[in-house]
Amino acid sequence: MAGALASRRKATNLAVAVLASTAAVIALAVLASILWTLLARGLPALRFGILTTSMAPTGENGGLANAIVGSLIQDGIGMLIAIPIGVLAGTYLAEYARGSKLGEVTRFVSDILLSAPSILVGLFVYTLMVATTRSYSGIAGAVALAVIAIPIIIRTTEDMLSLVPVALREAAAALGAPKWKVVTLIAWRAAGAGMLTGILLALARVAGETAPLLFTSLGNLNWSTSLAKPMASLPVAIYQMASSPYEDLVQIAWAGALIITVGVLAINILAQLTVGRRR
Amino acid sequence: MTDITAIDLLPAASGRPRRSLGAERLFGGSVTAMGMIVLGLLSAIIVMLAIGAWPTFRSFGLAFFWNPVWDSVADKYGAGVMVYGTLLSSAIALLIAVPLAVGVAYFLTELAPQAFRRPVGIVIQLLAAIPSIIYGMWGFFVLAPLLAAHFILDVADLFAHVPVLNKVFDYGSGNSVFTAGLVLAAMILPLITAMFVEILAATPVVLKESVYGLGATRFEVVRHVAVPYGRRAMIGAVMLGLGRALGETMAVTFVIGNATRLSPNLFAQGATIASTIANEFSEAGFGSMKLAALLGLGLTLFIISFIVLAASRALVAPRVVS
Repeated sequence: MAGALASRRKATNLAVAVLASTAAVIALAVLASILWTLLARGLPALRFGILTTSMAPTGENGGLANAIVGSLIQDGIGMLIAIPIGVLAGTYLAEYARGSKLGEVTRFVSDILLSAPSILVGLFVYTLMVATTRSYSGIAGAVALAVIAIPIIIRTTEDMLSLVPVALREAAAALGAPKWKVVTLIAWRAAGAGMLTGILLALARVAGETAPLLFTSLGNLNWSTSLAKPMASLPVAIYQMASSPYEDLVQIAWAGALIITVGVLAINILAQLTVGRRR
Repeated sequence: MTDITAIDLLPAASGRPRRSLGAERLFGGSVTAMGMIVLGLLSAIIVMLAIGAWPTFRSFGLAFFWNPVWDSVADKYGAGVMVYGTLLSSAIALLIAVPLAVGVAYFLTELAPQAFRRPVGIVIQLLAAIPSIIYGMWGFFVLAPLLAAHFILDVADLFAHVPVLNKVFDYGSGNSVFTAGLVLAAMILPLITAMFVEILAATPVVLKESVYGLGATRFEVVRHVAVPYGRRAMIGAVMLGLGRALGETMAVTFVIGNATRLSPNLFAQGATIASTIANEFSEAGFGSMKLAALLGLGLTLFIISFIVLAASRALVAPRVVS
């Protein structure tokens, strides 16, 4: 009997190993298919003209230049808004609000914002900045992206600051440094690489966001760098072209998809390297 | 990190020259102010959505949340169809992604050679970072045609004469609630897998070794030690994946067909809350009832995802950024 039980347990163990390996193969196949599609359709469509010409109707050999520039502007301004707010609020949670009820609530709110659907952020900024001015604008897009980036920066800033040894802070305090100097000159410096990683991750996340831009900067077929007017962005341009019935526009969309994925992954790898060098 | 240390007891620059005291107040003040801005952000989102959606609730009452009528022509709106589509597509996504994630996590933590684990872990992290619009395009241009050609007709034929199942798996199109569920599954798979790997790897080695010492197999150790040890965190991770799926816009909008009518058929076109907002927003003028109804949909989505996220946080999902 004991032998039968043992062999049944071994058989179960083997069956689970086979099932788990199958799951791994399926997952790999799906993800390989996605990456392969991206390369197979994106690479042939990629040509220099895409980077130099603006979007155009079908048959006119347009590009994505205005969308790429629009994305860079909105991502840049969004990060300029998000970095100070995120870093300072993260510092508040890690250095000033430890153990306080108010800090606990702020942390909870930040966590909810971190995982809140990005389309809701778009609706929020729409009611705040678009419905009130009756005009879609690039600046509204940048603000929506900032709202998405802020909780990511808060989370990493707080995590990285809490990794800084207390003894380091105490040593500085013992030398007579006031708290703000302890935080800025000791804690920030020690956690700097990690905080930079968080900022890069936030940038990568924001660069690929489409939904919040649909109702804020709207998209624009023409070349425009005015923050008060609707502004094109790469994700929205890809969405518009990919859902059009024209083969040439769909091809440009795939080229754009490849550009945006490579960009996002490059920023992510850069972020991983920043952490790696510190360790 | 709730331990109070000597730093927290440090008097704010007491007995320092006045200049330093000013700097201390300035820095402490601005840091706290930013914290409060973030604190106010969530209430601002709720308030603005509620104000914008107010005309809908005044006209249709609380029945808006479940009424399955979405008629732009008659200007009558209810969220029923979209709530159904949102919950259904997310449920399909979880049913497919969670078993796969468990399998992949088991493979990576128990079966794969040690040298293999770190690079694969990094690849999973990178896949989780791919913008969701890419998953949507893949679903629309690759998966949906594939399903239409090789799956939907066969399955519908198979169940054609089985009661109930012939309604659930009826003839339909490649763009459907089912396809949306599959795309969502592909999208949340890397996210959930990454968290599962982290949870399973966090089991104390001593605990596992002591059960190996009793003669347990690899599977028994995971089943009876690692999984019970990380159960709460694993449920939290699933809830976090669910939260992502519920609110996903781009991956779904491409493949769900955006049809605002109720159908038990998984292969029929449908709509989620997020896909409807994205798809119909351009038709809603400033101050129109339709705009209020779309903001009402947003509020509905907020309530659903808030419940899921609060549950996930209560169950302590690992803190994963991206």
